Amino acid sequence: MMKRVLAAAFACVLALPAWAGVQIREVTSPGGITAWLVEDHSIPFMALELRFRGGTSLDAPGKRGATYLMTGLLEEGAGDLDARAYARALESLAASVDYDASDDDVSVSARFLTENRDEAAALLRKALAEPRFDEDAIERVRQQVLSGLRSDLADPNDIASAAFSAMAYGDHPYATDGKGTLDSVAALTRDDLVAAHRGALARDRMFVGAVGDITAEELGALLDKLLGDLPETGAPIPGPADVVIEGGVTVVPFDTPQSVAMFGQVGYPRDHPDFFPAFVLNHILGGGGFESRLMTEVREKRGLTYGVYSYLLPKDLAAVYMGSVASASDRIAEAVEVIRAEWARMASDGVTPAELDAAKTFLTGEYPLRFDGHGRIASIMTAMQMQDLGINYIATRNDKVEAVTLDDVARVAADLMKPDNLHFVIVGQPAGF
Amino acid sequence: MLRSLALGTALIWGSALSAQTIDDAVTTFQLGNGMDVVVIEDRRVPVVQHMVWYRAGSADEPVGESGVSHFLEHLLFKATENLEAGELSATVAANGGRDNAFTSWDYTAYFQRVAADRLGLMMQMEADRMVNIRLTERDIVTERNVIIEERNQRTENNPRALFSEQMNAAQFLNHRYGVPIIGWMHEMETLDMDDVMSFYRTHYAPNNAILIVAGDVDPEEVRRLANIHYGAIPANPDIAPRVRSTEPPQTAERRLIFRDARVAQPYVQRSYLAPERDPGAQEKAAALTILAEVLGSGTTSYLVDKLQFEAQVAVFAGAFYRGVSLDDTTFDFVVVPAPGVTLQEAEDAMDAALAQFLIDGVDADQLDRIKMQLRASEIYARDNAEGLASRYGSALTSGLTVKDVQAWPGVLQAVTAEDVVEAARAVLRREASVTGWLMQAEEAMQ
Repeated sequence: MMKRVLAAAFACVLALPAWAGVQIREVTSPGGITAWLVEDHSIPFMALELRFRGGTSLDAPGKRGATYLMTGLLEEGAGDLDARAYARALESLAASVDYDASDDDVSVSARFLTENRDEAAALLRKALAEPRFDEDAIERVRQQVLSGLRSDLADPNDIASAAFSAMAYGDHPYATDGKGTLDSVAALTRDDLVAAHRGALARDRMFVGAVGDITAEELGALLDKLLGDLPETGAPIPGPADVVIEGGVTVVPFDTPQSVAMFGQVGYPRDHPDFFPAFVLNHILGGGGFESRLMTEVREKRGLTYGVYSYLLPKDLAAVYMGSVASASDRIAEAVEVIRAEWARMASDGVTPAELDAAKTFLTGEYPLRFDGHGRIASIMTAMQMQDLGINYIATRNDKVEAVTLDDVARVAADLMKPDNLHFVIVGQPAGF
Repeated sequence: MLRSLALGTALIWGSALSAQTIDDAVTTFQLGNGMDVVVIEDRRVPVVQHMVWYRAGSADEPVGESGVSHFLEHLLFKATENLEAGELSATVAANGGRDNAFTSWDYTAYFQRVAADRLGLMMQMEADRMVNIRLTERDIVTERNVIIEERNQRTENNPRALFSEQMNAAQFLNHRYGVPIIGWMHEMETLDMDDVMSFYRTHYAPNNAILIVAGDVDPEEVRRLANIHYGAIPANPDIAPRVRSTEPPQTAERRLIFRDARVAQPYVQRSYLAPERDPGAQEKAAALTILAEVLGSGTTSYLVDKLQFEAQVAVFAGAFYRGVSLDDTTFDFVVVPAPGVTLQEAEDAMDAALAQFLIDGVDADQLDRIKMQLRASEIYARDNAEGLASRYGSALTSGLTVKDVQAWPGVLQAVTAEDVVEAARAVLRREASVTGWLMQAEEAMQ
């Protein structure tokens, strides 16, 4: 299937919060677990989202990849069930659970039918609280991770991302891939995984969102059974990264016809007082629509690429402002030149009143479109909690977009945009560099 | 400028999907000019998905013009008699909506997702570009560069995608499914205004299109708006039944090796020519759908059990079948060998497991679990109006009817263990198969 534009690779953090139509209720279980709930009894199932702050950044020194491999092993045998028995049990309930580990969190996204919800939750409890980490399962999943790592080493997008992170984040965990390296993953032991599990899945960094066919009372009881056995505290979360990005171009030679570029500079954290003006500014510059300046100049007018995007990336421990583009090796130099010029134009001229109006209309109008399904809403609600946005954020979010003025954007354009410090990592055989 | 209707309005979440099953939420009718309409009600959020699907895709292209259907899809975002280039997308964005389009072998589809009270405006613009595009030579040159970069990004930069193209080309001896949707590069480079306009005039008409509206809508209001905007376009009397070259009997097993220095993880792939879902006759496709689940979809499936758990010769094993297709489709296997295991050993292990499966048959408990999951998927599907819209759009452009779509869950539940084994015996014919090895370049192997 050939979509006209690839979905932007990164959802901006502002794409996470919810909208005025959703009625969120804060629930505290008898055991003291707090969750946000949206009740909807129209379809007999529920979505449950759990997030544990820290993620792969919790890896102990020399144990890179431990949290990622641990997360991949949670449902590969738990309690009295080995990997295959566990999978059969989950299938017979038609429940689904997805696990993921990122730089900032471990996430668990589950779907339970109402008819067997308690059994499904009991099965999930085993995976979270009693994973077995059987040696044969460790070897099997380790080989899958290593296979993925070998593929990443030959993928221009992954090469670009790794080179940029290594340059920008110094000795912080963000500087390296949370999946680990071929060597570090090969060396991980069962003890390392047990320690990673103990450090990552703790109640002091846990956030819960639930949507669907369940009442507050039922949810409280479910959460106490599901999560009550997890340890109270986990491993310390590292401090912020010292982000250093200097202007320039780094070419990583790779024999492939289309060069892939990742570019970036320092950004604003999510709690920066000018985050909303920056968010609106970025929408105008390269926020993903066909109408952005970068799409207009690089794709629509010149046909230099299929897609070019920019995005604010305020992670928990560092904030950067990033972008990506891909062009044939003999055309990438022109694409880079156009992007640099747009970066400088934004820094010096800001945006026009018409651009600001159009951006606000889009951003406020598009807000409700994000609420398409139980799982999506559960995910949004946990992200809101992690970002400390408050349960009433929903009602005021569009007002914050509306309140952005031309002066605000001009101030941010002068302060945030650093055309001289914009660094490009280009993977391929680009001509002209 | 309009502000979103949702702003500041405290809508009650959970005011419920009115229908208790998916079918109850679906209304279908036809306009006087032959345009089919499917309305899927989901009243929980004041949002609508508006889609127009054409019964024309890359397998309907003339010889020598591969990629023209997808190229045209891009160019439908340029000017019309009534809209400037880019104005349609800009108008959708100005109404707080998102729009896009996609092309496959059997269809091309355009959609907007927007506040439900903007449906009429969306229809007005979509109907306009069905018959009124006005392209310039500059559009052709610039946008052709864009689709060339799209091919660079999706295919030329990705050895797995290049390998997959070669597999398809070898599988189909005489059918256009053997040509990539995006086109072969050397033909894309020659696509011109005449190619594009000829495809447009041949295929874009209300009587070759399906309107699908999913979300917070009333079917009678959709009928009224559709009659105003689409009903005004006359049917094209020259729209002809889709006639495609068909496959001759496939009598020779094909094998290929694709080498590329960028390959980091070699694997073996096998595809077999397979029947698709046919109107009123979906039983074989249902058995193949369940066969793919039985053989290769996750930890409990037969191939994973044999190759990953028992013999430990693979890090991944999977089986795939796509039953929604106008003409014959494929049933596919992928095996990624474990370190130290050759592609030949991995392939041999896969073939031994498949042979053993035909002896063992289907485990009754496994079949029960698969059917339970299929039943549950119909409950989960009610939470996703966009997914339901695409279910109808892809089926109706692939020769199926609304009745077939609604019968499908029941057909799946009726499949027996014997049906699955019989389907496997019928499809797993080596003379109708292609086996491919994706490998590192020879110098990289030393």
